[in-house]
Amino acid sequence: MVNDHIAHTLEAIVGPNNVSIHTTDRITHAYDATRQQFLPDVVVHVENTEQVSRIVRLAHTEKIPILPRGAGSGFTGGSLPVRGGIVLVLTRMNRIVEIDTDNLIAVVEPGVVTGRLQAEVEKLGLFYPPDPASKDFSTLGGNVAECAGGPRCVKYGVTRDYVLGLEVVLPSGDIIHTGGRTMKNVVGYDLTRLFVGSEGTLGVVTRIILRLLPKPEARKTMLVAFAGIDCAAQAVSAIIQGKIIPTTLEFMDASAIDCVRRTASFDLPDTCRAVLIIEVDGEAAALDRQVCTISEIISPLGVLATRIAATAAESEAIWQVRRSVSASLRSLNPDKFNEDIVVPRSKVPEMIRSLEAIATRYGVPIINFGHAGDGNIHVNVMVDLAQNGMRETVNQVLDEIFRATIDLGGSVSGEHGIGTAKAPFIAMELDLATLACMQTIKKALDPNNIMNPGKIFPESVREHGALSPRP
Amino acid sequence: MTVSRPLENLRHSIDQCVRCGACQAHCPVYVETCRESSVARGKIALAEAVLTGTIDLEERLQQEAGLCLLCGSCAVKCPNQVPTDAIVAALRAQITATKGLSSLGRGVAMLTGSQRLRRSLLRSAHLLAPLLFTSIPAQSGLRLRFSPAALKQRVLPTLAKHSLFDRIPEFLRGDADKPVLGVFAGCALTYLYPATGAAMARLLNRLGYSVALPRSQGCCGMPALASGNQALLTQLTTTNSTAFKPYGVEATITACATCHGMLADQTPPPESSAPTAVMDIHVFLVQAGLADTLAALPASPHRLRVTYHDPCHLRSRGITREPRALLQALPGVELIEMEGAEFCCGLGGTFAAAHPKLSQTIGDRKLAGLQASKASIIASSCPGCVLQLQDVITRANLPVKAVHTLDLIDQALAGEGPA
Repeated sequence: MVNDHIAHTLEAIVGPNNVSIHTTDRITHAYDATRQQFLPDVVVHVENTEQVSRIVRLAHTEKIPILPRGAGSGFTGGSLPVRGGIVLVLTRMNRIVEIDTDNLIAVVEPGVVTGRLQAEVEKLGLFYPPDPASKDFSTLGGNVAECAGGPRCVKYGVTRDYVLGLEVVLPSGDIIHTGGRTMKNVVGYDLTRLFVGSEGTLGVVTRIILRLLPKPEARKTMLVAFAGIDCAAQAVSAIIQGKIIPTTLEFMDASAIDCVRRTASFDLPDTCRAVLIIEVDGEAAALDRQVCTISEIISPLGVLATRIAATAAESEAIWQVRRSVSASLRSLNPDKFNEDIVVPRSKVPEMIRSLEAIATRYGVPIINFGHAGDGNIHVNVMVDLAQNGMRETVNQVLDEIFRATIDLGGSVSGEHGIGTAKAPFIAMELDLATLACMQTIKKALDPNNIMNPGKIFPESVREHGALSPRP
Repeated sequence: MTVSRPLENLRHSIDQCVRCGACQAHCPVYVETCRESSVARGKIALAEAVLTGTIDLEERLQQEAGLCLLCGSCAVKCPNQVPTDAIVAALRAQITATKGLSSLGRGVAMLTGSQRLRRSLLRSAHLLAPLLFTSIPAQSGLRLRFSPAALKQRVLPTLAKHSLFDRIPEFLRGDADKPVLGVFAGCALTYLYPATGAAMARLLNRLGYSVALPRSQGCCGMPALASGNQALLTQLTTTNSTAFKPYGVEATITACATCHGMLADQTPPPESSAPTAVMDIHVFLVQAGLADTLAALPASPHRLRVTYHDPCHLRSRGITREPRALLQALPGVELIEMEGAEFCCGLGGTFAAAHPKLSQTIGDRKLAGLQASKASIIASSCPGCVLQLQDVITRANLPVKAVHTLDLIDQALAGEGPA
């Protein structure tokens, strides 16, 4: 696919040191956090938009698959080179071009790591809220491509709510500019939103204009133990009905609590079957009152214990409980299937009950925690794939989980995207006309299907048969 | 850091990597190169490919295996605690076993494998001094002393006229009721910073301990590990274990983070006696109550702003509080935390020799935090870090001095202010 002529052209564009066809580099750009592997033909590191444009134009002319790659930390296969081709690595386009404190805007290149931008703007008293768990290493380009979320989204929204404008290299190689530097902008179609969450299938984002907020003055964290998931869910609804939107409203169900009970630095009541971690932010003076109000609102709802962090260290100890769930999962079984379903907030208890029923029916541990405030549940199916027939069992389990999710009016992915991992399930959620509309857009922008092919749409996956739904 | 194990034995550890990519946030090399093959996840994928036979030990892979500081930052922060430093060491050992030692590795073997050779060389060529622990720049092993391109750009301490062994006798007798402690000096404190090494021995003796400083002790083995020389590593382990045996030491004390990391992981050969504890000097001193002694010293009229740099090989073992506790207790010192105190200095095993420019670029990342701290002294508990930090400071023309923590303690106890 990548012959000498193409390799030489690539070298002419970015220099020989930034093009590699060595097996070593192909192997290290074959995977993402799904643990699947597909060898690309060539790995190219780029440094500016001009280079990206010339390379994409070459791929377009030569009909070679090309896919942009940032940290390669996605959970759904968005950066897997499933059909080989060119991996376009954007990690070195990592300049924070501008932080505009008058207009509360940041202009960044796609390779900037999210946590780095957050640290830089916070030095200036500003705030970039989206906080995916991978923020210390995932890139803003990747966050835009997948429309990343995080715990703070219940109050602050997701990545798309902060993207004001984009520079994008289209599959033709043309460079376009969507949106702009203003909050208000209704000139033409809202192409910005089209590209946010498009998983690298419509073009390569080469510059991002982001909206910033003033940094909240203070935060306060509390942990509440409940007798059951229904109580916790009622508490979530009650808090929001009480006109308080916490920064985060994280929950852990009984399965998750069992995983961390022993390692937590403080005791959880034996009868505790659900935990909420609630954080509020804003003016320091107002926070104590907010915490009091929350405590009052939820007190009739089966609260077993409440722990309010008085210091940063105590707050950290609370968050440590939530973070240690992931690490503890591997003690259950070696293979993890990490889904990020989302259901309407009020349906969380029903969903948890469905998950418990599925776990019992198939005899596999399913550990659930996540963002109760926005109904986004991280469902972790823990299995040992070495067991006979387990792969089939997992596929059935996932199928049932997604069906239950959609029956409750939810979505199969809240923040991880579709990629290859969920492509087989997309038709469960989207009707045919909607899917067809999306594919029309894809075909119009990328007639040669070079831009991250084999992602999102089930047809393309089946057509080439290169992938099973799961590793 | 850990002793070299065959790659095959690390298969289970390699399987533990879930490719999450979290290591990208912690790898000093990746921060500079932004290339996946620099970071732990990439190295693990390559190690796995070597095990499954999907890649041979091609030249490009050898280069990438060399691009690792063995600092262990990734292993500490890995959600699954995958020991990438051990995996890289094993990969290098496999490369050495298959392809033979690199010129760098041969240099390491000549220098650290023969003590007599090492001493005679040292007396004649002070340019070679830093090679004892950064080992030899890749190009040409020993001949480098005639044209050491990598060293020309580097600020080196002047080689001391008298090594530690000329300054401190082999045995210092202490109180009858206190045990014997072994001092594992390591190359840097023996030859480059012997005053610091001597301070360590005298301080322990002053606390009442008998101190053994056997002349037959050798290199800790870090350069051997870093260059994939398993045979030399085994030989050095035996040499060191044998050296301390006659003294019946209760513990072996080091003041070099790298030596500590290497020795603490080594399993003594079966013929030796029961393994003795290896302790970092700072941990030992804090347990011995020295912080209180220091705090009780007369107050100093003016206090110097001192900041502390965490050596990777102590930080990765959770030793961060003790050196700070000692510094904080010094009457003439105001301890200031700098941003990025935990960030690797970039020296790393044979890394500075093989990748001099990249090593300096990584080191220069310390500058912003150091300048913002407005400290006039940066202390560290590893002579390798001190050497690298002084190089960084001098090239940036900063009015800051890099010193070993022990130097400040020694000065305070001697009634002098920090120099």
